[in-house]
Amino acid sequence: MTETIHAYPMRKAEGCPFDPPPELGELQQQGPITKVRLWDGSTPWLVTRFAEQRALLRDPRLSADSTHPDFPRLVPIAPSASGTRLSFIGMDDPDHARLRRMVTAQFAIKRIEAMRPAVQRIVDEMIDDLLAGPQPVDLVEAFALPVPSRVICDLLGVPYADHGFFQDNSKVLINRAVTPEQRDGARLRLIEYLDALIGEKIKDPKDDLLSDLTTRIAAGELTRDEATQMGVLMLIAGHETTANMIALGTFALLEHPEELARLRETDDPELVAGAVNELLRYLNITHTGRIRMALEDIEIAGEVLCAGDGVILANDIGNRDPDAFPDPDRLDLGREARHHVAFGFGVHQCLGQPLARLELQVVYSTLYRRIPGLRLAAAPADIPLKHDGFVYGVYALPVTWQRNQSVA
Amino acid sequence: MKLTVDQDKCCGAGQCVLLAPEVFDQREEDGIVMLLDETPAEPLHAIVREAASVCPAAAITVQED
Repeated sequence: MTETIHAYPMRKAEGCPFDPPPELGELQQQGPITKVRLWDGSTPWLVTRFAEQRALLRDPRLSADSTHPDFPRLVPIAPSASGTRLSFIGMDDPDHARLRRMVTAQFAIKRIEAMRPAVQRIVDEMIDDLLAGPQPVDLVEAFALPVPSRVICDLLGVPYADHGFFQDNSKVLINRAVTPEQRDGARLRLIEYLDALIGEKIKDPKDDLLSDLTTRIAAGELTRDEATQMGVLMLIAGHETTANMIALGTFALLEHPEELARLRETDDPELVAGAVNELLRYLNITHTGRIRMALEDIEIAGEVLCAGDGVILANDIGNRDPDAFPDPDRLDLGREARHHVAFGFGVHQCLGQPLARLELQVVYSTLYRRIPGLRLAAAPADIPLKHDGFVYGVYALPVTWQRNQSVA
Repeated sequence: MKLTVDQDKCCGAGQCVLLAPEVFDQREEDGIVMLLDETPAEPLHAIVREAASVCPAAAITVQED
């Protein structure tokens, strides 16, 4: 018997910019786990259902060590990138826990919540600039990228004046369509940049996260290379993902005006927090799955994942599993969605999620209230989509509004 | 209901603190879970069960009476 093995990653359907590729939904209906084919001919497992994804992502027999030769790769890598990884997201415990715990306190719920007034001030200033500027405007460049970039720069101690440099290189690093050499060039430039910055912090420490890391370097707890890698990881993860959620979220809300109205007209922080979770679930911008490799044989859902097998946990379709979310393809800001897996699951679950939630709560509860007449300045079909990104979103979002409709 | 937390497993994602700040907190120095109340009152049971369920590291164990 020969079965068709689908190629992975798949592409979203034309005209459905917010939904996972239709093949993923079909595979999920057929069963929780199947095999897919990658560009290099390898055939890792693809896990499509929510319950099995959560069980496996919590299972220490699955490795995230991306330097292993058998680890599944979604793109070819340059020789210069061989054996490299982006800090602790590509490591297993105990190394992963050792490094992650050095920065966990900075992202603790209460520490992040204390940043709310500062984030609100940044968002309000950026909206002031939007309102004073020309129309139509690209919301990505004028708002979605600057807000999280400024926030993460303040937290890490990276000069915001360098945003053009790190945004451009991050874009290349997380693009699947560039050559392996281009991608690794971007990685090396970011590493060189962060290493120089760490050097400055060693000489002249400030009250920021990178300076905290230099204290650990001095104490012998951390090497300078490890600190540099962590800095690159936090800088990229800290601005790109949130920027995509701001711009793609706005696109989705403009296409769902009744949901947008719920958000615009509420002053209930619980509804806003729920709306953020629902948009994270519905849009699931980490649309190329969580990637792992089995370290031992694992029995699940009637299959045996053998030691050395690649495993891809497709959290985009997991978040559309009807067993976990009734009527999953509907955007419903009032639904209970906080168990979603948009931040992943297991010990690698997003470290920065409290910060991402805070920024999105402030943005979603402020932008549409202050600019109630916000609308697209292009046909929805003409919005350029990041089909080729490791992280999904829009490349640009031209928007406009009536001047007399803005609210100070 | 009796609760235990495994601080070695905890990855500091903070889900439990977000859901039940009366029961869970994070250590100042490394963001790792601290249990404030081993035997939470009945009105908190549902949210504590949810916290255990969404804990990404499976670091919270709920022992039902």
